[in-house]
Amino acid sequence: MSAVTLSSAPARPARLRLSALWLAVPGLVFLAVFFVYPVAQLLGLSIVDPESGAFSAGAYQRIAATDVYLRVLGITFRIAGWTALWSLLIGYPLAYWIARLPNMFRGRMLLFVMVPFWTSYLVKTFAWMIVLGRNGIINSLATGSGIVDEPLPLLHNQFGVMVGMVHAMVPLAVMTMLPVMAGIDRRLVQAAQTLGAAPARAFWLVYFKLSLPGVAAAGLLVFISSLGFFIVPAFLGGRQETMLAQLIITQVQELLNWSFAGALSAMMLVAALVSCLIYDRLFGLSTIAGGSAQVSTGRIRDLGLALLSAVATLSGHLARLAQTLLGKRVCAGLLPGFCWLVIAFLVLPTLLVIPLAFTSSQFLEFPPPGYGLSWFQTYFSSPLWIQATIRSFAVAFVTALAATAIGGFAALALANSRTRWGGLIFALFLAPMIVPRIVVAVGLFYLFARLGLIATDLGLVIGHTVLAIPFTLVTIAAVLKTYDQRLDQAAATLGANRLRTLTGVTIPLVKGGLVAAFLFAFITSFDELTIAIFVSGGVKTTLPKQMWDDMILQLNPTLAAVSVVVFIVVTTMLLIAERFRSPS
Amino acid sequence: MTATQPKTAKLVVEGLCKRYGATTALEPSSLSVAEGEFLTLLGPSGSGKTTLLQLICGLVEASEGRVVIDGRDQSATPVHQRDIGLVFQHYALFPHLTVAENIAFPLKMRGCASAEVASRVAATLDMVHLGHLAGRFPRELSGGQQQRVALARCFVYQPSIILMDEPLGALDKKLREHMQIEIKRLHRESGATIVYVTHDQEEALAMSDRICLMNHAKIEQLGTPRDIYERPRTAFAADFIGISNIFRGRWDGNGTIETVHGRFALPSGARCQSQDAALVIRPENLHLGAQDGNVVNGCVREVVYAGSETRVIAALDDGSPLVLRLGPDDVVPGIDERIVAGWARDKAVLVA
Repeated sequence: MSAVTLSSAPARPARLRLSALWLAVPGLVFLAVFFVYPVAQLLGLSIVDPESGAFSAGAYQRIAATDVYLRVLGITFRIAGWTALWSLLIGYPLAYWIARLPNMFRGRMLLFVMVPFWTSYLVKTFAWMIVLGRNGIINSLATGSGIVDEPLPLLHNQFGVMVGMVHAMVPLAVMTMLPVMAGIDRRLVQAAQTLGAAPARAFWLVYFKLSLPGVAAAGLLVFISSLGFFIVPAFLGGRQETMLAQLIITQVQELLNWSFAGALSAMMLVAALVSCLIYDRLFGLSTIAGGSAQVSTGRIRDLGLALLSAVATLSGHLARLAQTLLGKRVCAGLLPGFCWLVIAFLVLPTLLVIPLAFTSSQFLEFPPPGYGLSWFQTYFSSPLWIQATIRSFAVAFVTALAATAIGGFAALALANSRTRWGGLIFALFLAPMIVPRIVVAVGLFYLFARLGLIATDLGLVIGHTVLAIPFTLVTIAAVLKTYDQRLDQAAATLGANRLRTLTGVTIPLVKGGLVAAFLFAFITSFDELTIAIFVSGGVKTTLPKQMWDDMILQLNPTLAAVSVVVFIVVTTMLLIAERFRSPS
Repeated sequence: MTATQPKTAKLVVEGLCKRYGATTALEPSSLSVAEGEFLTLLGPSGSGKTTLLQLICGLVEASEGRVVIDGRDQSATPVHQRDIGLVFQHYALFPHLTVAENIAFPLKMRGCASAEVASRVAATLDMVHLGHLAGRFPRELSGGQQQRVALARCFVYQPSIILMDEPLGALDKKLREHMQIEIKRLHRESGATIVYVTHDQEEALAMSDRICLMNHAKIEQLGTPRDIYERPRTAFAADFIGISNIFRGRWDGNGTIETVHGRFALPSGARCQSQDAALVIRPENLHLGAQDGNVVNGCVREVVYAGSETRVIAALDDGSPLVLRLGPDDVVPGIDERIVAGWARDKAVLVA
């Protein structure tokens, strides 16, 4: 593309801008029709009377009338807030540790974080139900060994929800903080030490301060993602942990009250947007995309530095105390020890599902009394499961193709144009990641109902493509960012025309990014549930939808077998994607 | 250039060594630096000079050996308690602090009263001519200005030893020469002991009291710039500092060396550890015509005019290059002209 820049930049600047941005147009139109319009319409519906079509605040009056909905809103905020806090507290040391590892280990450790991130929420939640349940792994081990007499209440309460939510969100927190931490020049901490700062002070005053934008971005993303959760609270929580998204699903699926669902969705969207706005005021949204943080000035900054200084002094005393109590060797092992524990927390529950899939028992006992393949036989001989599996694969494949094409062209457009609209377009393409999925899903449900796309594969593909576009755009944009555009210019000066440059130089060099984007989109679609709940109906279900339905009815070992299959598919895709993404 | 102030310390490095598994970053090395001395660690990249610097200030833990400052062993002293300043390559300025806050950082770490911090920061800013930029952030400064902030941040707390790791590496030539003079001035005014790392031999010659030449994780030669330039001990030293014509050959254990270009007379009293030796002649000591019976024949390949001098590059009969430096009054031969060059036997150096 920049071969175009080279040859035409001085003479035809106007045409250049046009030609580069043209590539983003299909994506912009697609998102306008299937993302912006349905979400806007949903917000509109919430202020319209469903009978007469006239303006009405009835839905909101109903929310305010009883304290049920406000209480659910409060619960949603509380759970999301605690989840964000715990994810940061657990994720920060892990991200810090991984950022300081030598390159060859860093990639491997990152996989331990990536695999749980991409593992389906359903599989993860199913795993926790098995681990935490009344007859679950922890309780059978605890009662079996006589530590406790009564099974511990670990499930269907706030503890269960927090475990599930934090487990799901720590990877996101780590992966958001990691780039910021990796970008911090390690010599700055050394410099602080040579200038007289003890290690603890050097860390807080320099490293921690510089990592704050990453911490804030991680907190924001975890908080917003948590607002829209429904799988984890539905299965791990009790009545006291009902969250907003669960109410929305009930309103649409069981009560068919669209305008009320619209009002609830609007509340969630507003909550998400307000969080973004506050973040933007404090740190600037560009930090999420890797830009530099804006520097706050005046009294707030002085206050912040003074606060850090106090924390630094306090932790300096703590560090000295710990060293005299535990000794230097033990202290040096604290961080790696903690990080391995967190990794075990992230990885083990999912792995525990594997032996259960091979159980010979009729029940989900742990350890299994014997092993066999009967539950895989049940899975593979059930037409319902097999059709759902085939549909999931097909939908994921088409979604991945569409999202990679749209995201790739958009990334190319943004990399080659220098307009001031670039930031806005980028934000629009990333928006499906910020707006809670449940809001998108409900919005698409209205639209598809009128277009007759409910319970069709096309509807699923469209919905999943909307969700997958941010992932493909970010992946491909990252590759294009490191791509040396002078190579295109070099090819042009060496006599290659634009097509030859594209096929001979550009595409071979960014191929890894394209394959990785394709696979990420594939995974996104393959274990997507929210849209599937609304859009796939009747017999036309996807694998996650079928799992959801089964899990609501009854836990059984078939689910373990299905989970293992989903886990293997996703992990394989992920490992291939990582191989392609990392430069050989 | 010995300082008169009594404040500065003396640094002794004894058998200091660093190994990472099977690779050795620094062979056991010893050296001592006098009070107020400007010592330069010079060598190609990977020669161990930065490792030695990091060992001295304690950022890297030594495998063996010790660092002694003012007669006190520093091995157990953590980085932040050693009385050492380090100017980093690429400066390592704190991006979240202003220029003044960067410079105040070491004073605050030492618990200085805020009035004293303010006055010392202001004085140091003046010293490096940056008073007007106190409120800026590092990224708003040019490379040369950032460099001066880094120097100010180090000089402000008056450490008795200052280590500098290629501090001028990122600057352009003109600015580099200017900053060399600036650093010499700060050195003179502060009286600090300075250990300076560079791979630029001209910089080392221009700035140092003594040069510690390093190669392959070892100290190759330690001496004054004049020592090392005029009396290199190894072919590497001769080749790395300045331009040299080096003829490898066999020393007869007496007054001559046998090379492929002929048998040459050595300076009186020249000795070498082994018979496998080399003769080094600097370009400015080569003249057209025979001298003391030392003659080589060649054919002119290139003539480079460089203002105060003219460099002639010839090919000897076996194709190896020969470099002569001619003064403004010398007759310059033409390209492809055959020449005879010679040197006074006392001007050549026998090296290992």
